[in-house]
Amino acid sequence: MSAGDAPAGGDLIEFRDVSIQFRRQKVLRGLNLTIRRGETLCVIGESGCGKTVLLKLIVGLLQPTTGKIYFEGEDVTRMDAKALVKLRLRFGFLFQMAALFDSLDVYDNVAFGLREHAVCGEDRVAKIVAERLQDVGLPPGLEHKKPAELSGGQRKRVGLARALALDPEVMLYDEPTTGLDPIMTDVVNELILQTQRGGHKTGIVVTHEMRTVTKVADRVVMFFPLARVGRGEPQVIYDGPPGGLEDAEDRRVRQFVRGEAGDRLRELAAQARAAGSP
Amino acid sequence: MAVGALDVGDDAGGSEAETAVHRLGRQVFDGVAEIGDVSLFSLRTLGWILRRRPRWSVLLPIFYAIGVQSVSVVAITGTFIGMVLAVQAYHEFESMGLATKMGSVINISLVKELGPVLAATMLAGRVGSSMAAELGTMRVTEQVDALTALGTDPIYYLAVPRFLACLLLIPLLTLMADFMGVIGGAGVCTQVMGVDSFAYWKHSRDFVEGLDILAGVLKSLFFGAAIALISCHRGFNSRAGAEGVGKAATEAFVFSFMAILFLDFVLGLAWNTMYRSLWPQTTGLL
Repeated sequence: MSAGDAPAGGDLIEFRDVSIQFRRQKVLRGLNLTIRRGETLCVIGESGCGKTVLLKLIVGLLQPTTGKIYFEGEDVTRMDAKALVKLRLRFGFLFQMAALFDSLDVYDNVAFGLREHAVCGEDRVAKIVAERLQDVGLPPGLEHKKPAELSGGQRKRVGLARALALDPEVMLYDEPTTGLDPIMTDVVNELILQTQRGGHKTGIVVTHEMRTVTKVADRVVMFFPLARVGRGEPQVIYDGPPGGLEDAEDRRVRQFVRGEAGDRLRELAAQARAAGSP
Repeated sequence: MAVGALDVGDDAGGSEAETAVHRLGRQVFDGVAEIGDVSLFSLRTLGWILRRRPRWSVLLPIFYAIGVQSVSVVAITGTFIGMVLAVQAYHEFESMGLATKMGSVINISLVKELGPVLAATMLAGRVGSSMAAELGTMRVTEQVDALTALGTDPIYYLAVPRFLACLLLIPLLTLMADFMGVIGGAGVCTQVMGVDSFAYWKHSRDFVEGLDILAGVLKSLFFGAAIALISCHRGFNSRAGAEGVGKAATEAFVFSFMAILFLDFVLGLAWNTMYRSLWPQTTGLL
């Protein structure tokens, strides 16, 4: 990559004209997006608009069909396996259902990255694991429980502790509060805030939850599913501060933020009728 | 393991009517792609074995689950196969006055053919499907993605230990099946059918050579490798949901069993060809 291709100074991650499709289904089309160092970006939008895909593209879990993704000026799509491993160690990824390893207990889950990459000896591993579990507010005594024995909120917090174990520079949160009760949702939001502000990390939070957006976001982008975007119309229909969502020019943004079905129910019914007609 | 998105061009979503030729073409294309994918998966697994050995704390539980926990089932089925062979063959041999020769027939069948195939089939059924279901569940619950995100190659962490366990432990399970089958056959012949014990064992010793046992054990190595690679590959490529994982588990057993029989045939031919070229005067049917 020439110097002219690299993203500008404070930009950490850049999506440049990125498209991706799975067999016949296009998910992202011509996406251009920049994520700045140190900011917490919330990505919102309807189900199926490609929010999780966006996170997986950043760490090379998926490859785009076309386009480039840059991290600190390096093209992620052209990295070899070794470079990708190095890149991934700079990220922490909290998966939607936490994705804890079933066969390992809580302690081994949190210690996994430290052991696999031989970051330190077993004494230091034990210390880091204890610290991380304490950071996410898990009481002592849970270390030797298997993920199946934990509640949804506990799993998320163990997932967060595991993601933080290697002290990453960038945190990726995939729907961190999905399936949690309001109190636990607030606990997880507080933990995200604490992680982002306290650790001075860059963060990308994919969520449906407006409480999460208002609590943690420095900036918000809203995607729209390709199926509902006109030809030539950009997929990102809002990019700005969280405070501007309520007064966004685009009616669809306001409807989403207020949780109004609007014309959506009529649209869905029309689609169902069209699909059912010969 | 396919994780990338596919580019099918700008006509994606087009509604051109699909004919039988289209379907046939797609099936051929999918078949070739699948073979290529399994081959790449196998090469990546072998590549990791040469580069880095998994930690003992990862290997030992898998060795235990695959090897130790299969012993009882392999021993029981091995015993019954020997006993069934004895029951089925006794009257024919007895009518020809060859009952004392049954030991040679039963034992050669067991060590060359039934022992290895039986042990491999039990391993495919008990372990292969379980591996595919476990890896399939890990894939659909994003645990495989989590491994990758933590900088660990899922093939190195998940497939390599299972491959090593199947490869290294199946010879022992085969020997176990051979031994129990021999004991079962001998028990029925000498204790139930009244065949003379000395003559039974003498004929067995005269007919079964160490090379016959070795042939069976060598075959089992190929069976073990095939079971591990097919089952792990199916698991990694499992579709979402309970149905997808169930299908992956079923396919792991079916494809492993087909591979076992195919390899049995090919290796039998190869062994016989080699045996006859080395010892032209003897017969060495595998």
